[in-house]
Amino acid sequence: MAAINRDDVAHLARLAHIEMSDQELDRMAGELAVIVDSVKSVSQAAGDDVPATSHPIPLSNVFREDVVGHTFTAEQALSGAPDSDDNRFKVPAILDEA
Amino acid sequence: MTDTNTLIRLSAAALAEKLAAGEVTSVEVTQAYLDRIAAVDGGERGVNAFLHVNAEEALAVAAEVDAIRAAGGAEAEALHVLAGVPIAVKDLIVTIGQPTTAGSKILEGWHSPYDATVVERLRAAKMPILGKTNLDEFAMGSSTEHSAYGPTRNPWDLDRIPGGSGGGSAAAVAAFEAPLALGTDTGGSIRQPGAVTGTVGVKPTYGSVSRYGAIAMASSLDQIGPVSRTVLDSALLHEVIGGHDPRDSTSLPDPLAGLVAAAKTGNVEGMRIGIIKELHGEGYQAGVENRFHDSLELLKEAGAEIVEVSCPNFQYALGAYYLIMPSEASSNLAKFDGVRYGLRVLPEDGPMTIERVMGATRAAGFGDEVKRRIILGTYALSAGYYDAYYGSAQKVRTLVQRDFDAAFTVADVLISPTAPTTAFRLGEKLDDPLAMYLNDVATIPANLAGVPGLSLPGGLADEDGLPVGIQLLAPAREDARLYRVGAVLESLLEAKWGGPMLAQAPELAAAGPVETLVGSQEAK
Repeated sequence: MAAINRDDVAHLARLAHIEMSDQELDRMAGELAVIVDSVKSVSQAAGDDVPATSHPIPLSNVFREDVVGHTFTAEQALSGAPDSDDNRFKVPAILDEA
Repeated sequence: MTDTNTLIRLSAAALAEKLAAGEVTSVEVTQAYLDRIAAVDGGERGVNAFLHVNAEEALAVAAEVDAIRAAGGAEAEALHVLAGVPIAVKDLIVTIGQPTTAGSKILEGWHSPYDATVVERLRAAKMPILGKTNLDEFAMGSSTEHSAYGPTRNPWDLDRIPGGSGGGSAAAVAAFEAPLALGTDTGGSIRQPGAVTGTVGVKPTYGSVSRYGAIAMASSLDQIGPVSRTVLDSALLHEVIGGHDPRDSTSLPDPLAGLVAAAKTGNVEGMRIGIIKELHGEGYQAGVENRFHDSLELLKEAGAEIVEVSCPNFQYALGAYYLIMPSEASSNLAKFDGVRYGLRVLPEDGPMTIERVMGATRAAGFGDEVKRRIILGTYALSAGYYDAYYGSAQKVRTLVQRDFDAAFTVADVLISPTAPTTAFRLGEKLDDPLAMYLNDVATIPANLAGVPGLSLPGGLADEDGLPVGIQLLAPAREDARLYRVGAVLESLLEAKWGGPMLAQAPELAAAGPVETLVGSQEAK
């Protein structure tokens, strides 16, 4: 597996919506390279015949009756929002041109 | 009348008995703990286990229980056995009426509009909630140093870490600031703090305690569980919080019964207890290894059969965990984006788009460890790497489960040290993420496989006089076995020591005047 470098970290930070300074990118790239190197052996541990486990105790078809349960009022749902207007979350422009 | 210094040192079970017998009131008990918090938690050299103290509500609940008891009749009869016994709650678990921060700046001052299911159950049992306890930010860490609100100190040595991520809950219980607490355990966050603070901590079988209202780190690994000073106390609390919850789709349909009864069984004769070859010896501190062997001797003398088992795939468990956990965390933490709750930070210059606001908010709101894990998880899940990383790690999970399955054909319960070392010094491993991750080497396999684990005090290490934890592991849904073996081992050890291990902890100096500190705690 390829090592993780500074450009990778910059790309991943953009994908994860975390702004990072040059200094932070340098430090993070160094730390992550060590961590990624230490977990490499995992890819060699299991053969193709071993199935993956996503949940430790599988439950299937977890359904409930199709009835309305507890719902929050708009006021409750917006109670922690940094900004709201007219019972809606208010956000800055979605498009650059706006 | 019991003096308050004695009162706060009683077990939850003993407090419950005194409350039921009318020897003490819940208001007296709750006030005694609030006074203790005020005396030892704040200030420069305080334990800093609490992020918020919930004095008013806790005293109101206590007064309600006292009034019901005083009135007698059916309502008093129907009170839960732990009614009136106070408890602290890890600040990863949401509560109406108190802030929930998850130890992060991004949620500073946020109030949840709903209670976690476990909190609803505490309220139904009428247990006064003393407050919210400190943790590594979003439960990411093994030392509580990654909290945005300052580290918690270990009551055994204030210059050392209390473990993590639930260092606040463990330290609160160890410092007699609460008889009970709730924790969450994703890779050892209940058990490892229990080990290094000389307290008891249990990670129940995955799905046996509802996760609804626990802010998720890694959903397939997270589990809420009890923190206490005795094995019986954890069993009592486990029965309060356990059982099916339709609001958690991973919740097991049937409750685990007989946990308290198991803690009272009193014998381990004929039980097969398996030493896991891979989880002791090389890499474990000598004092930890010595105390581990003491416990094995005691169990053998009590009639248990000690067998050795091998779990060869545990060597890959830490690596698999540090791929699966960050992958799930990177997805779970995407919701903290400055839109629906918490912090919003605007970029200093340039276009004011939502993308740039999210980037600035998450840059300012998350600490380094959270950022590291989000980036690592984003990497492990990205196209081209998914099969090699996340896919391989999920296969290792199957191998770890198979190792447990094989081990449990020859042993009823497995045993190991909980952590490879005793508490290290604050700051010692802060700049070395990999060294920090190694603290969880013995606790992680249980989370990967979903099996229950319990840590109990096993004595003090020869070289530093600090607590050593002993970990017991059982097959899924067999949590009762942990309480049975744990309670027996605890009583054998206490007979040897001449009392509980925490009686050997140093006295904490009062950190400041009681009256003024209560006010400032409420404010912070």
